[in-house]
Amino acid sequence: MSKMHVKMKVNGKEVEGLAEPRTLLIHFLREDLRITGPHIGCETSHCGACTVDMDGKSVKACTVFVGQAQGADITTVEGLVNPDGSLGVIQEMFREHHGLQCGYCTPGMITRAHRLLQENPNPTEEEVRFGLAGNLCRCTGYQNIVKSVLAAADMMNAQKEAAE
Amino acid sequence: MIPAGFEYHRPADIPSALAILQQHGDEARVVAGGHSLIPMMKLRMTFLTHLVDLQDIDLMRGIDIAGGTVTLGAMTTQHELITHDGLAQTLPILREAAHQIADPQVRYMGTVGGNVANGDPGNDMPGLMQCLNAEYELQGPEGTRNVAAREFYEAAYFTARSDEEILTKIRIPVPAAGTGYAYEKQKRKIGDYATAASGVLLRVEGGTCTEASIAMTNLADTPILAVAAGEALVGSTLDDAARAAAVAAAVDAIDPAADNRGPIEFKKHTAGVILRRAIDRAAERAG
Ligand SMILES: Cc1cc2nc3c(=O)[nH]c(=O)nc-3n(C[C@H](O)[C@H](O)[C@H](O)COP(=O)(O)OP(=O)(O)OC[C@H]3O[C@@H](n4cnc5c(N)ncnc54)[C@H](O)[C@@H]3O)c2cc1C
Ligand code: FES
Ligand code: FES
Repeated sequence: MSKMHVKMKVNGKEVEGLAEPRTLLIHFLREDLRITGPHIGCETSHCGACTVDMDGKSVKACTVFVGQAQGADITTVEGLVNPDGSLGVIQEMFREHHGLQCGYCTPGMITRAHRLLQENPNPTEEEVRFGLAGNLCRCTGYQNIVKSVLAAADMMNAQKEAAE
Repeated sequence: MIPAGFEYHRPADIPSALAILQQHGDEARVVAGGHSLIPMMKLRMTFLTHLVDLQDIDLMRGIDIAGGTVTLGAMTTQHELITHDGLAQTLPILREAAHQIADPQVRYMGTVGGNVANGDPGNDMPGLMQCLNAEYELQGPEGTRNVAAREFYEAAYFTARSDEEILTKIRIPVPAAGTGYAYEKQKRKIGDYATAASGVLLRVEGGTCTEASIAMTNLADTPILAVAAGEALVGSTLDDAARAAAVAAAVDAIDPAADNRGPIEFKKHTAGVILRRAIDRAAERAG
């Protein structure tokens, strides 16, 4: 099969490359662009380790072909840092509240939490759990992940208020 | 897990998409959200050489509520069904059911058209559409036709849609004001298909049930519209005996297979429990 010319925006930068149409977005990101934040856990659409933000939606990049992402605006965990390169709020709260152990699920968790908090800046604990239900963690038992996301919500709201 | 190679197409309108399907016959398949198709391609259980992405076809998007009918573009995602305010008002059962499908990431991509066109008995929307008496609009080389959801499903993965047709819209008659509704599903965990699920609509006037529609999901190789179960409720006061008779009639109408979700007896038992809960909740909401 001939390769197709792929163009998209990743973490604010225009990128392009040649890829076979059967290439999955996760492989294009990791192997062609060397953006290795999004992980491959199950590769069967179940674990959420490969979650990226695509045009304002949390998607499992192992279940999207590059062609479907043609022209899309994509954010990975690398894109959620502050402009000066320091940890963004959600990342910082995961560090502070021990929201990770081995860290394998973390990029997916943080990217999903980012979209969840964009849509619902004041989630209840139950809403956080339901909103993160597409992301599996084999280490933490989830308790500290939920804590981290709730703390991030508080912090983001406080920052917003301070800015107003 | 990488699927076999194919050529990717992204037509801008329906005639162009139909032309590609006609040119390549059963070598070509459309992709909507891809969250049923791509896993099957990765497992190499589905083969195709031309993939036709429908995402640029504007005519297949949008939610319209007018004249007693809800019209959903086939490319409407499950996430959109959940977040649409008008639908939450007019047809809240869609939101209740969509919330029980898969997980957030899958719902951002998975479309209602893909869910009903797929023909997988595990999908939740086909049974729901039978319960609601929805109609599917199909466009093909010969023009446009409409098929009732209740006539659409022939066997697992076999539907009334021909390979060269695209399902473009779903039309749902809005139930009368005060109609009680429920979509109830038993699953092993979030993100799992149903062990048993059931959609129920009930209309109650002056204390008597005047209309009832009941459909069952993943309990046969197609969704099952349990007509006799509905009839057991109509004319009753929705008393305990009528509810039990409806459950017995529905359990009689299903034909589940034993699989990793349990043996046949367990599934029949679960179906009965789920339907009873759905009837109870719909009855509470009716009036
Ligand atoms: C982890 C996981 C869990 C899931 N859990 C559930 C669940 O609990 N309940 C449930 O119902 N579903 C579940 N799904 C399936 C999900 O809802 C799918 O997204 C949905 O079934 C298909 O929609 P799609 O838009 O992704 O279709 P696609 O995968 O793009 O297409 C599915 C099939 O329909 C055909 N098709 C698609 N659109 C059209 C059209 N407009 N006209 C003609 N043919 C068309 C395609 O050619 C293909 O054969 C799950 C999926 C995953 C990955
Ligand atoms: S790697 Fe994509 S969902 Fe697990
Ligand atoms: S921290 Fe190890 S999988 Fe989540």
